[in-house]
Amino acid sequence: MPTRRFFLRNSALAMVGAGTTPLWLERALYASDAPSQRKKILVAIFQRGAADGLNVVVPHGDPAYYKLRPNISIPRPTADPAKAADAAIDLDGFFGLNPALSPLKPLFDQKHLAIVDAVGSPDPTRSHFDAQDYMESGTPGLKATQDGWMNRALPRATGKVSPVRAVSLGPVLPRAMRGPSPAIAMQTIDSFQVRNAEASKQFEQMYMGAKDPVIQAAGRDTFEAVALLQSIQKQQYTPASGASYPRGRFGQSLQQIAQLIKSNVGVEMAFADIGGWDHHVNEVGARPSVGVLANLLGEYGQALSAFWTDMGDRMSDVVVVTMSEFGRTAKENGNRGTDHGHANSMFVMGGDVKGGKVYGKWPGLEKEQLYEGRDLALTTDFRDVLGELVTSHLGNPSPKNVFPGCDPKFLGLV
Amino acid sequence: MSNRVVLALVGAVGLAAFPGVSAYATKKNADTARQFFKQVTADQKIIQALSRLTYGPRPGDVQQVKAMGLKKWIELQLHPESIPENPLLAEKLKTLDTLTMSSGDMVQNYPTPQLVRQMVNGQVPFPTDPDRKLLLTKLVEKYEKKQAAGGNAVAPQPNMPDVKALAEILTPQQIRSLRVGTPEQRMQAFLAIPKDKQDDVIAALPGIRQAIFPLAPPELRRRIDMASGPQQLVARDLAEGKLLRAVYSNRQLDEVLTDFWFNHFNIYLDKGADRYLVTEYERDVIRPHVLGKFKDLLEATAKSPAMLFYLDNWQSVGPNSPQLRGAKKGTRGLNENYGRELLELHTLGVDGGYTQKDVTEAARCFTGWTILQPQRGGTFSFNKRVHDDGEKTVLGVTIPAGGGQSDGEKVLDIVARNPATARFISKKLAMRFVADEPPATLVDRMAETFKKTDGDLRAVMKTMLESKEFWSQGAYQSKLKSPLEMVASAVRAASGEIDYAFPLANQVGQLGQPLYRKQEPTGYSNSSKEWLNSGGLLARMNFAVQLADNKVPGVKVNPAQSAALGLGSPEFQKR
Repeated sequence: MPTRRFFLRNSALAMVGAGTTPLWLERALYASDAPSQRKKILVAIFQRGAADGLNVVVPHGDPAYYKLRPNISIPRPTADPAKAADAAIDLDGFFGLNPALSPLKPLFDQKHLAIVDAVGSPDPTRSHFDAQDYMESGTPGLKATQDGWMNRALPRATGKVSPVRAVSLGPVLPRAMRGPSPAIAMQTIDSFQVRNAEASKQFEQMYMGAKDPVIQAAGRDTFEAVALLQSIQKQQYTPASGASYPRGRFGQSLQQIAQLIKSNVGVEMAFADIGGWDHHVNEVGARPSVGVLANLLGEYGQALSAFWTDMGDRMSDVVVVTMSEFGRTAKENGNRGTDHGHANSMFVMGGDVKGGKVYGKWPGLEKEQLYEGRDLALTTDFRDVLGELVTSHLGNPSPKNVFPGCDPKFLGLV
Repeated sequence: MSNRVVLALVGAVGLAAFPGVSAYATKKNADTARQFFKQVTADQKIIQALSRLTYGPRPGDVQQVKAMGLKKWIELQLHPESIPENPLLAEKLKTLDTLTMSSGDMVQNYPTPQLVRQMVNGQVPFPTDPDRKLLLTKLVEKYEKKQAAGGNAVAPQPNMPDVKALAEILTPQQIRSLRVGTPEQRMQAFLAIPKDKQDDVIAALPGIRQAIFPLAPPELRRRIDMASGPQQLVARDLAEGKLLRAVYSNRQLDEVLTDFWFNHFNIYLDKGADRYLVTEYERDVIRPHVLGKFKDLLEATAKSPAMLFYLDNWQSVGPNSPQLRGAKKGTRGLNENYGRELLELHTLGVDGGYTQKDVTEAARCFTGWTILQPQRGGTFSFNKRVHDDGEKTVLGVTIPAGGGQSDGEKVLDIVARNPATARFISKKLAMRFVADEPPATLVDRMAETFKKTDGDLRAVMKTMLESKEFWSQGAYQSKLKSPLEMVASAVRAASGEIDYAFPLANQVGQLGQPLYRKQEPTGYSNSSKEWLNSGGLLARMNFAVQLADNKVPGVKVNPAQSAALGLGSPEFQKR
């Protein structure tokens, strides 16, 4: 039986003719839709600069790891409390977390955090730019792909959709979200408005009538989202359950994503990134718990943990997945750092995630086991992980369309 | 009909539509290609020249170019030294004194707190200027006090007096007059304080800084800025300098190209010692070569302390070097960072036909290229002891053993003359000046010029500016402005008068392009797509409203020429 909302939408459309619905009317329609929306949500995190997966998820059970990294390895887990702060936190007897990621250990223990290791892009490039581009387009080796995997992965819309279905926190819209479906970028929820009501109205008209179709479309998406977010902007946001996000852009990004999701404005895809992982020099300081990698991981782990706490039960709708363009050399370089490598690790976190386990096949770190004799080899394609989440979590039935030329093999993560 | 059937039908139609889609795409490409052969009108040509070769037209610019003749105007822009510089620019840049200092002088005059402490302790000499010495001494007091308060308590230095509390300096009456009243009244009250006490007041009463800053004369502003940390001023001067030059310089193409090439050979200001090395880098390494030979520009960057530091080459040690032979293994060694970015980003391009082996071999050639005293301004130096003196092969060319410093120079020769470099550089220039996807025929002709002239960048620019494609409908108004271009062009269009440029530079950062702060060696994107997004558009509209209402501190626009709606309009975002 048609609901009142259904009736309203159809009669309204009939009244003005398809395709020319006035903006205010469309808005009224989402507004009535919004509260009932409780869709599955995928949050993607990009660690730009190529995080050193081998020092993030430490293969402490592989003696070759310690041979390759005499100065910058993370020591084996220890029961000695005096040394524990500088040792890996054991996960399964073979892998351990970098000690700076201690806030994530409880999530692993509660089986809400899964780790995939020796995972990444099969393309051999060691260029940050190309590798990020490939991971975001979802088509390794193909430069001509115009849109990103997150844009393609948005489930086919039935009826009118929220203008903030796909939202990225940051000054630019990431490659992963570009494409025909509307996706917006914002630095903060609060700044997402024209701070002068009269000018806002006039700009809206101007952009709706822009001659350049690309600007016109961007303008339309923008003002629809502005209208929707007005109500949230007035609210003061306090993270739930005492969740404490770290200072800095990444923590702020995750807090804003939590706020958007909890406001039920129709977010289905969110994206945030954190840079600074390109540790060619002094990756590990005087002790494993200090130095540039430890500092960055501290911020990263605390932010993910705060997001989990803040979201609470709502995590049953949400999966967070992390990635970085490639890993780093298995052997340390000449400056207590590492150079560009190949396979890496990914984190998958969520209420319905089958966590508490490190997925993937370990290829080993002996010379003949390394990719091109220097890097961790790849045993899982990153598209296997993302393809499974797109299908099993978001409900998009065709991962092959999201990742053309690839038939993702699911690991059973969700 | 069930959903399954509908999906299947959609699938079938989708597949059937494919040949049609690709035919459409081909036709669309042909249409696009034709657009690059249709010429714009004579008036549009002037606008095209002004929007691509300058930071946007000012009122009256079109008429001026018309009167001079477009050809002559372009010729002058291609020879910036022949254009008399705007005297206003020199005036505005005068207080930004780091812009003319050597890196070494800058380290001394605008030191980090740690260095000031070393000066106080006599480990490092103070700058000779007595006022500067006094100021720095006061700053270190503040620094030490902060350190102590932060829990990292250091024993008070016996030779350092305490920071004076306000009550010790002024009478209660004077303090009140500083704290209340209009900014003008507070400024008067501040100026009434004897000069020798003013710095103490600034240090003790941070609130006064913000209040009187907009009214303060340039010299006082400098002292106020110094109080928040001298090392901050280096970064501020750079960003303000960029804005001021973009808005005021008569040598507009020179400014556009300096920005382009800095971005091509990007350095991140906040990476350690680079804070003090970037000024010299932009001024003495990039700027002199932007219309010269590519090889000279490349070599200047390769030997600059800024690049050696940023891409870590200064620490790279040859595995087969005298120092490592017989030394304990695994302490120091090769660093590939520069070798890779040289090939990928600076010369050949990622598809330029090099391998991982070429990266490693190039990195071996550059071992020993290092910096003397990087934290004190730094100079290039070759250290034989860490150079890998074995034989190397880069891009098929054998570099015999024992070449020393010349190994790296040979690599620069090889890559600068490689045809992939001619193409990569030409395409990047065409993307900046012509269109996001420039026609291949144009790029080919530019690359031909590059090869024929041994990488003469002025000749390559000329080929581009004499092409049909540059003056075509396909190019005209096809690019979205970058944030810097948007902010500078808005100030120019509105006849803005800049008093101090820091708030404008901050605006550029808020629109997504923090100046001198792109961490990745790729630099900022050259493509319009990168800058087109919701948050960015809204930020541009907000900036337009603020600027037109004269609410951006430090700049005054002429209200008659600056409708907010014009500056925030879709059309104004294009160039």
